[in-house]
Amino acid sequence: MHQPIDQYAAKLSAGKRASVYDGTKSGYDARLRSLNTSYPTPDHLRRLAGRIKQHTIENLDTYLPQVEARLRANGVSVHWAVDGGEACAHVHRIMEARGAKKMVKAKTMVSEEIHLADYLEKRGMECLETDLGEFIIQIDHDHPSHIVKPIIHKNRREIAASFEKNGLGSYNDDPGVITARARQFLRHKYLAADVGLSGANFVSAESGRIVLVTNEGNSRFSIAATKVHIALVGIEKIVPRDRDLGVFLNLLARSATGQQLTSYTEFIGGARSANQPDGPEEMHVIFVDNGRARVLADDCRAILRCIRCSACLNVCPVYRQASGHAYRAVYPGPVGAVLSPLLAGDNFPEMADLPKASSLCGACNEVCPVNIPIPDLLLRLRDRGKREHSKVAAADTPPMGAFGTLANHPSLWKAAMKTGGLSALYPAFLMPSYGKAWVRTRGMPKWRGGKFRAWMKTRKQQASK
Amino acid sequence: MTASRDAILKRVNDALAPLKERAPYPEFDDDVAVMPALDRNGDLWTAFCERAKLVHGTPLSGKPAVLADWLHGQNLHHGYCDPELLPLFGEALAAAGCAVETIFDRARVDEYQFGITRAEAAIAETGSLVLTDATTSSRLAALAPWTHVAVLKRGQIFADVADALKKMPVDPNVIWCTGPSRTADVEGILIEGVHGPGVQVAFLLE
Ligand code: SF4
Repeated sequence: MHQPIDQYAAKLSAGKRASVYDGTKSGYDARLRSLNTSYPTPDHLRRLAGRIKQHTIENLDTYLPQVEARLRANGVSVHWAVDGGEACAHVHRIMEARGAKKMVKAKTMVSEEIHLADYLEKRGMECLETDLGEFIIQIDHDHPSHIVKPIIHKNRREIAASFEKNGLGSYNDDPGVITARARQFLRHKYLAADVGLSGANFVSAESGRIVLVTNEGNSRFSIAATKVHIALVGIEKIVPRDRDLGVFLNLLARSATGQQLTSYTEFIGGARSANQPDGPEEMHVIFVDNGRARVLADDCRAILRCIRCSACLNVCPVYRQASGHAYRAVYPGPVGAVLSPLLAGDNFPEMADLPKASSLCGACNEVCPVNIPIPDLLLRLRDRGKREHSKVAAADTPPMGAFGTLANHPSLWKAAMKTGGLSALYPAFLMPSYGKAWVRTRGMPKWRGGKFRAWMKTRKQQASK
Repeated sequence: MTASRDAILKRVNDALAPLKERAPYPEFDDDVAVMPALDRNGDLWTAFCERAKLVHGTPLSGKPAVLADWLHGQNLHHGYCDPELLPLFGEALAAAGCAVETIFDRARVDEYQFGITRAEAAIAETGSLVLTDATTSSRLAALAPWTHVAVLKRGQIFADVADALKKMPVDPNVIWCTGPSRTADVEGILIEGVHGPGVQVAFLLE
């Protein structure tokens, strides 16, 4: 049996692979250019950001009550959700209390995680995505395959076809026309909606400000046109002070899209002010755990530093080949390979193959703006998958028992090294099944073993001369 | 509801209790992330213009007639103007043939070609405009029209992001606008003017 991610990658069409490759490569290039032209030592900043975040998550017991108090002082209603179901129920209850039927939604990964749109639609409420990429995903009944570029796997012809199918004008695949049509359609939706939903990139424990980092202006519109603002916030999104934002804002946009800052950086500190005609009369923050506290208890807790920039997706050779949907979860790529199995809780064994979807080349760690040692975390999770006897984790891995015996017995090892050269002559069809699976996608290296002892011997002889 | 709050905080406490040490808050200077290329002692408006152009912003400066002529040149003849700015700009706008309203009527959102509102400040390092509820007479008027003009005075320009964060106004809706609204969702091709303005003007009133 192949690993699920390999199976998915093998079936990916050439066109999709090309879309994903182009999208990730341009993201990677933009990041590099932006960081290196801005700073002589961008690495220093990355490490600092990692330390601030590590400090924050290791002190969430202090910061969570602190941020809650700040938010309340700012007039914000604070809610807590143990899991996705409870978070959805909070949103639903807030809407019902206002007699609200229509929600416009800015991009939030947490809402994907908790399947909010399904939940609300089943209860007769409209829940419309307004980020261009997410909107296209919604009308296509698809799923995002990248954190920053949700439709990285689609080309303009597919998008133009779904616009036509959904009554958004006749077929036209010019990206400018597609965007203009979405602009025109969505602005009337904002104005007709009752509730605007956003996520949060950061929340300052010092001021209780929610920070949103966006480019399109849809979150601004959602918060300007509606009467209620709800923010869904993962409990790890906190930063201790406003000054920390100087570090994170500078790193996030550069790492995500190569921009110095995104078009809009919004600092939301509550409902609209008294003399402002537009915007929400009430603001709610829902803190979502949904498995995060469990991750905090794990020795992989460093993954909670993640600021969802997607740099690790863009640089990852496996992501580029397999695409985001191969990861079978909301968070794809290297970050997803760590986070998804951990968030899965008791279903960990079902996701335990993901940590194997990496060549451990270390590129993800190198680009990560909060310096998460992703390869180390992947190794820890591989080990855990093995210990928990996960079937998917074992797929494609040759049993190592024979190797262990050889490695523990010098004389057997010596004999094996001598005869090892014969492996080149060994026909593949005679291999045991795990060996076959292994060589189907990998070439056997040319045999070079058995030379060390001879080399050592000559050296010793030369040294004693 | 408090049950969930307590449950989450308990889980967090339990998760952290076994840690022998907690990572300390690191020491760093506020300006650690400021781009070294910035000349802090030079003219901040000049620096702002340079950076604003890099992000496709449109910096302009001068007397009200400069703005009115520019709007006329762009063939923009109907828009919104902050009532507090009207005494300053009204005459010049009328002379250039630009009709303005001082109440933004959301039912006619498509009819406004431009919106003129006040900026709270600007950031030279990034070419960003700072908008707030206190200085923006209508959030929608600063957002929905294709062209947004933020009016700024000298002395309102921060050198860098660190400075702007330090002097963050107490306001529920502080927005830094860095260039026009944009997307690259379709095949990575940059398109400006998605939901917000396609043209972002910073007007320094002299
Ligand atoms: S793990 Fe690091 S590189 Fe990957 S998305 Fe998160 S912050 Fe970005």
